[in-house]
Amino acid sequence: MVAKRIIPCLDVRDGQVVKGINFLGIKEVGDAVEMGRRYCEEGADELVYLDISATREGRRTFAQLVEKIASQINIPFTVGGGISCLEDAARLLDAGADKISVNSAAIADPSLIEKIASHYGSQFVVVAIDARLVGDSWMATTHGGSVATDKELFSWASEACRRGAGEILFTSMDHDGTRNGYACEVYARLSELLPVPIIASGGAGSAAHIAEVLTAGKADAALAASIFHYGQIPIPELKKSLFEQGIEVRI
Amino acid sequence: MVAIVDYDAGNIRSVENALERLGCEFALSSDPDFLISADKIILPGVGNAAEAMESLRSKGLDSVLRQIRRPVLGICVGMQLMCRDSEEGPCDCIGIFDSHVRRFVPSQGCKVPHMGWNTIHNLEKKLFSGLSGGEYVYFVHSYYPTLCQDTIATCRHSGQLFSAALKYENFYGTQFHPEKSGDVGERILRNFISL
Repeated sequence: MVAKRIIPCLDVRDGQVVKGINFLGIKEVGDAVEMGRRYCEEGADELVYLDISATREGRRTFAQLVEKIASQINIPFTVGGGISCLEDAARLLDAGADKISVNSAAIADPSLIEKIASHYGSQFVVVAIDARLVGDSWMATTHGGSVATDKELFSWASEACRRGAGEILFTSMDHDGTRNGYACEVYARLSELLPVPIIASGGAGSAAHIAEVLTAGKADAALAASIFHYGQIPIPELKKSLFEQGIEVRI
Repeated sequence: MVAIVDYDAGNIRSVENALERLGCEFALSSDPDFLISADKIILPGVGNAAEAMESLRSKGLDSVLRQIRRPVLGICVGMQLMCRDSEEGPCDCIGIFDSHVRRFVPSQGCKVPHMGWNTIHNLEKKLFSGLSGGEYVYFVHSYYPTLCQDTIATCRHSGQLFSAALKYENFYGTQFHPEKSGDVGERILRNFISL
């Protein structure tokens, strides 16, 4: 059996891992390469680095950072943030990224998924979807949840897979930052509907939440940021707890 | 000196990075003399097997590989190219390993690609020296090599048992990516380097 994956997510601005605190401000939490290496040693199965730089200078710094990460980290890692064309993806692949994630740009131009997948394979393309519940429907948003779209989550995720997405990373904007648990029923539906692995993101506040999304939520991987960054749930303890509950994890 | 076979096989950066971390000297080359005289040879491979095979043939490297007597390690598609044939294309391959490359049939519980960490079992002693079986390594693939007499490690994805590694004389191959498999992967690469 493929083990369920635990994925720390690192938001990076100008080489530093940062974390927004209640949307009010951004706090630096550490060096991106150092933190990645520490997570790696602690037993993370994969890492996700998201570039949240707003400037061209920041983007260049990020590509250099990806090279450093690739040279020092011996597990797979995904990079995302601001990838809007095939050339952006190619540059990050050359820098050593194992996968890239696309979000807003894929909604603006869904053929971007095909372009990247046909060049570099589906395993290289993670389609990230941020969505929130509007009435009875989960609707995708872009730009960190600030822009509404007319894409319904399940049909957009299916389309992304048809176009070549190798994984779907769904973040519930209604759960993100709450630490009240993941949107388990949504992940379970996605997992039953789609032929590719599903990564759950948004809402982790405890080891029990992660266990729940990997079992009832049928997710293949659980992604979280702050609970790892602030040492609230050390990865070795988390994995031990998951293992004791009979969940297959790499220990 | 480790030679990495240069045949436009996609991203080989991670293999180079892993060798660097091991403090190992290496060079990328498509020169037959260089490849034949290198201490160790790595055949990387990412992407479509039929296209990779075509690229290898167009450089005449398929016949060069057969002549090598030093240890050769094929990784992922690199290993698949050393099998008999592949359903991807479909295409005929080099035919060093007595294995056929088949596509996983997707079903509930069998997601394709087979992506992530899975355990390897029934390990051969040399390439897997220091490992006892049950270790996790990192896989990313939609096609798998069947079990055969050259199988030196097995893995199961849902109901499908397949060769996680193959060996024939001086030729080795891993379906997983040792360069992305944490400390276990580093151990396997170090074992290969010291063969």
